[in-house]
Amino acid sequence: MWEYTDKVRDHFMNPRNVGEIENADGIGEVGSLACGDALTLYFKLDETERIVDAKFKTFGCASAIASSSALTEMIKGIPLVEAEKITNEDIAEYLGGLPKEKMHCSVMGREALEAAIAYYRGIPLPMAEGEVVCECFGVTDLEVKRAIAESNLRSVEEITNFTKAGGGCGKCHDRLEELLREARHEVQQIIPDKRPTRLTNIQKIKLIEEVLEREVRPTLRKDGGDIELIDVDGDFVIVSLRGACGSCKKSQTTLKEYVEKKLREQVLDTLIVEEGK
Amino acid sequence: MNTVYMDNNATTRVAPEVVEVMLPYYSDLYGNPSSMHTFGGQVGRAVEEARGKIAALLGARPDELIFTSCGTESDSTAILSALQSFPEKRHIVTTRVEHPAVKNLCESLDKLTGHKHRITQLPVNSDGTLDLKLYEESLTDETAIVSAMWANNETGVIFPIKEMAEIAKSRGILFHTDAVQAVGKIPINLSQVPIDFLSLSGHKLHAPKGIGVLYVRKGTPFVPFIIGGHQEHGRRGGTENVAAIVGLGKACEMAAQQMQDENTRVKALRDKLEDGLLASIPSSLLNGHKTLRLPNTTNISFEYVEGEAILLHLDRFGICASSGSACTSGSLEPSHVMRAMGVPFTAAHGSIRLSLSVYNTEAEVDFVLEKLPPVIAQLREMSPFWQSAHKGKTGSSQCKCSCS
Repeated sequence: MWEYTDKVRDHFMNPRNVGEIENADGIGEVGSLACGDALTLYFKLDETERIVDAKFKTFGCASAIASSSALTEMIKGIPLVEAEKITNEDIAEYLGGLPKEKMHCSVMGREALEAAIAYYRGIPLPMAEGEVVCECFGVTDLEVKRAIAESNLRSVEEITNFTKAGGGCGKCHDRLEELLREARHEVQQIIPDKRPTRLTNIQKIKLIEEVLEREVRPTLRKDGGDIELIDVDGDFVIVSLRGACGSCKKSQTTLKEYVEKKLREQVLDTLIVEEGK
Repeated sequence: MNTVYMDNNATTRVAPEVVEVMLPYYSDLYGNPSSMHTFGGQVGRAVEEARGKIAALLGARPDELIFTSCGTESDSTAILSALQSFPEKRHIVTTRVEHPAVKNLCESLDKLTGHKHRITQLPVNSDGTLDLKLYEESLTDETAIVSAMWANNETGVIFPIKEMAEIAKSRGILFHTDAVQAVGKIPINLSQVPIDFLSLSGHKLHAPKGIGVLYVRKGTPFVPFIIGGHQEHGRRGGTENVAAIVGLGKACEMAAQQMQDENTRVKALRDKLEDGLLASIPSSLLNGHKTLRLPNTTNISFEYVEGEAILLHLDRFGICASSGSACTSGSLEPSHVMRAMGVPFTAAHGSIRLSLSVYNTEAEVDFVLEKLPPVIAQLREMSPFWQSAHKGKTGSSQCKCSCS
């Protein structure tokens, strides 16, 4: 049985904004019956391009329904340009997290939103242009590349969890590996100017402290938490979560998905953040 | 909230009578059945008594039974034994709808044994039945063993094991059947069915988890899988799970007594449930042959909705069922059984299995008949495919394209 958060259960049992909008400004259809989940998203704008109403219809499991419901709640009342910035991670976060095998449900939400916006603007969907990598689920290389970059994916399994690519016959696994390697290469090409290739231990500690102070602490403090650097041993960064974070059930997710990601982006992409006991 | 348990093909309630006979072996009667002293010896006698009861249910000889830890161990033991007995034969015949205990094992044999094997996975018809002619044609001189399930866990469809075993025997090929779902639900008489190996699992027939049996016909070559002490006459090492064995003995004794009830009352409940759901829910289809089937199982697809969502709504009412949808399996594709039967995608993702036992009541069937239809209706209301598929029937036309 999947471990769903109360918020996922709530949005599944009592989905918000189910239905269709007549004369909708934006309509986005993603997924298919064959794939096992599908979502049609509708939105209506006012004259200032603010989303005044959003509705959905979803075929799929609990997390697909909950992600759709959450998405409509998130975009209602905000300007289209703001809605455009919503990522699948935002949807998952709104729901208090999704099981990792179910992340593709949040990706489906983001894709439906994109499709609806493209419909409104009368432009073709950029993601559908790519070359189809996974034939079982019709996933293009552009979609895979984007998921790798946005969610910092590191394995074929993670790509499957987020995009479904590779979850069927498995023939595309080699190609997915290739995309992973390409993505890692590109990341290294883009950021090296920001990060020195070699760091002494002291430089490393200093950089980590700086990132924690500048970016991580202010965010954690907003939720009543805090973080302290305990030790740096090679690539292992040992920290201690304080305040509200110390007792939070999601602290591991915070450590891995947020703290580790930040440090990897800005200090060294081999760092591993762990909690000191 | 009351639990309405209709997932008996997953596991069953341990019968209270079974628990009762097991308890002394967790307290006073803790001896080792292999010991020389009377204290252990009396435990050894209890194990043999249980073996006798299990043999009686199967129409087998007590010395043809080996106690294992589960159905999966029995399956692995049988198939690997056959391959070791005939190392020159590298072909296996099985079916596309086997339980993962057999399916995944057969698919991993090359890695496990370091030899290349040819696996024939026989297709099934759209009603889940097997084509005997195709089966016969698949057998070759290279075939080491046939492994085919007696009854399917998802649909309850029964394979013609007697005919299949006779064909294999006439060709000198070993025959194994995973009878985990069949034992206790339908009559089995191994003195009439010439199979070599049969696997059964305790927890599917109201005995506890952690106990299984492998039947090995007297005279069939056998190579043990778990090697250790001299238990089970050297055929399976490891100290006996005494309490569970005693429990399984009791469960088999009860199964023999309840067989009639299972095939009349439980079957009638299943039929009422199945007919009621098919009648009250439009676009619902039965998966599996209507009559060549276990008396307790029904598998129904509700088109345009997804199985996990159905299960979670049922869960709210305490109703336990299972689904062949992708989302419940943790994979992204619907169950291999549904796919092998060619169930269309519109239906495979929304398949629900309800499996009953002698403990289910008519009131429970009525409860499910009351709760399930609104759940399907509610999910369909939310499904983007429902109205487009049933335009006109639902009275609303939302289609904006030029076709309307």
